[in-house]
Amino acid sequence: MSWTKKILRVDLGTGACTSEDLNMDWAQKYLGSRGLATKYFTEEVDANVDPMSPDNKLIIATGPLTGTAAPTSGRWTAICKGPLTGAIACSNSGGFFGAELKNAGWDMVIIEGQASGPVYLDIDNDEVEVKDASALWGKSVWETEDMLREIRGDDDIRCASVGQAGESGVLYAAIVNDKDRAAGRSGVGAVMGMKNLKSIAVRGTLGVQVADPMKFMQAAGAAKQILADNAVTGEGLPTYGTQVLMNVINETGALPTRNSSDVQFEGASDISAEAMHEVRESDGKANLVSNNACFGCPISCARISVIDPEHFTVKGRPEYQIASGGLEYEAAWALGAATGVNDLEALTFCNFLCNEYGMDPISLGSTVGAAMEMYKDGNISDSDTGGIKLEWGNTEALVAIVEATGKGEGFGVEIGQGSRRLCEKYGRPELSMTVKSQEFPAYDPRGIQGMGLTYATSNRGACHLRSYTVASEVLGIPEKTDPLSPDGKAGLVKAFQDATAAFDSSGTCIFTSFAMTLDDVAPMIDAACEGNWTSEALLESGERTWNLERKFNNDAGFTAADDRLPERLLKDAAKTGPAEGLVSQLDKMLPEYYELRGWTADGVPSNETLDRLGL
Amino acid sequence: MVKALHIEAEHCTGCQQCEMACSYHHEGAFNPSKSRIRVFAFPDEARNVPYTCTQCAEAWCMQACPVDAIGMNKKTAAKEVSMELCVGCKVCTIACPFGTINYNHTTGKVSKCDLCGGDPECVKICPTPALSYIDAEQTGVDRMRQWAEKTDSGKRA
Repeated sequence: MSWTKKILRVDLGTGACTSEDLNMDWAQKYLGSRGLATKYFTEEVDANVDPMSPDNKLIIATGPLTGTAAPTSGRWTAICKGPLTGAIACSNSGGFFGAELKNAGWDMVIIEGQASGPVYLDIDNDEVEVKDASALWGKSVWETEDMLREIRGDDDIRCASVGQAGESGVLYAAIVNDKDRAAGRSGVGAVMGMKNLKSIAVRGTLGVQVADPMKFMQAAGAAKQILADNAVTGEGLPTYGTQVLMNVINETGALPTRNSSDVQFEGASDISAEAMHEVRESDGKANLVSNNACFGCPISCARISVIDPEHFTVKGRPEYQIASGGLEYEAAWALGAATGVNDLEALTFCNFLCNEYGMDPISLGSTVGAAMEMYKDGNISDSDTGGIKLEWGNTEALVAIVEATGKGEGFGVEIGQGSRRLCEKYGRPELSMTVKSQEFPAYDPRGIQGMGLTYATSNRGACHLRSYTVASEVLGIPEKTDPLSPDGKAGLVKAFQDATAAFDSSGTCIFTSFAMTLDDVAPMIDAACEGNWTSEALLESGERTWNLERKFNNDAGFTAADDRLPERLLKDAAKTGPAEGLVSQLDKMLPEYYELRGWTADGVPSNETLDRLGL
Repeated sequence: MVKALHIEAEHCTGCQQCEMACSYHHEGAFNPSKSRIRVFAFPDEARNVPYTCTQCAEAWCMQACPVDAIGMNKKTAAKEVSMELCVGCKVCTIACPFGTINYNHTTGKVSKCDLCGGDPECVKICPTPALSYIDAEQTGVDRMRQWAEKTDSGKRA
């Protein structure tokens, strides 16, 4: 406990589903979810595997705290080799699916091979079967969930599915669970689609047990109190969601705008959390309807929105005139600031489409932004786009291209390959705002220096969720550092990366770390699980996971040369705001980071480091 | 004073902590499917609604039980199932118009909300005002106050 100690192995080629004991030696070293699934993955899959071949495995993993009364215990992780990046892909989601899987008695599902036709995985506790999904193929995530409930005759099942984007091989296709929660990044949905696996439908009624219930409930209660008392997790996130950042980051001068040609967006306030609260003139209602919780979460940051029924995107389309997952900060930035579009209702609609078709809005919006810049420069023409006028700020064009990408139609097919491939094809590789072929998110490294190092060294390609130094550099958590200075950022990034890997591996949400440290997590894990779990042990486990991910990437052919930012961030200074005149000082931070990590100057973990971590 | 478990669904975020507290207290495991309080989500309407036994004064389950296994706790007014007397015939599950008493295959008995003997775990764990445990005769007062505030009657300062 609190592992179920059971793994489900599914061979899609034969349809065989087998139960295996969890390797408890590995669990003691890698904890669960991200860490433990990475250990299994790297043991079982050749680093040089073609990500879109059946030999690439997909692991769906819960953590030891998933499904327990620990706050934010709804998290689960998808692990595979990523088709967008060629690096390890590791994508985390909330909602209710993960807790249901744990309640069905499984720590992890390892999915191998490829089905000969569309299938779904039906899990009813220990009764597991690969079933025909011909009727579901071509359907959206939303339709798939509704149909599976009908097929199963059970409203209580939880589903994680791919939409049309995962079927057609959009390289940043997401796996979407509970209709609007997503393992969004790195194309884990493309791998699931390649395997012809449309959905995993789970019903779990076995319960989750912890080793020392009294101690656990005390520790969980203390953690909940910390979250309730904290200004970010107790008030900011429930009220405004992550969108609370839109105006803050814009004022910081770190809001990448129009494919990072600017660092401030004049339309930021139009697409902010505050705008979502404003009552519309048209129907007297606000875009934001309520906030929602994932399983076990007292923070409840999820946005639930209803689009203005008179807005051109949904007028006469009642299927979209419902409450559904609204804009989070990253999606609002990517679909909005990165493309110059400031129409809140249109962005909300595009976000609905991302959930429905199963796409990562960050990579999608950033790729559209790059396409818009090439359209402006004449590299891409109307004949390429099929007449879609991809001008900065063109709302109709944004909506049209998002829909085309989801459906795999026209120029959308090229947008679906991501910005690195798109920019190379049209002869402007320097315009791709990516690291390791993954589009970077909503923080400009010229205005928040730590994020430059964060993107450059992220094992899954550019990402904010591997080391969210914004917490320190902008919000002052745990202590304020200067966002414009590279000093001390190498240590900050390393500390955040290792701790984040531990949070991710526990089965709880990284957002708890705005208020909690590993000192607050350790007592819950120690009470729930066998073993002696201190914050030091958790941090070491996180560092071990980080180095294992890095080692896989090195084996897959990545080198220090791939720890680079786009030239624009290194050479073109920010034009406005507090960071005016500054570029990213990655070159100052990177060598220091390698040294702190115990890696060679070429970015390879030294033998000493590998030995120390037991790798 | 007799208290009632009072539900204000508009505050519920759907986190299911109540289901975990309930199932842990009664079954020793975090198992929402075995919880006596359940949260129902209606996502298209952005609604989450917790639902459980309201402890009917003339409880249909109690009246239907052929072996008198359901009795009233004099302190809390909760209708409680005696594990010693229940034979698992399920007649009460048919009698209850609200579906809040259910058969548990593991124990071979039925289970329902017993207000945890007067200190409901679901109320203690709920991170919002959705669940409260208040004077059974005053459950409507807050809502009356809200409506009173909206009326035009009475002098204004």
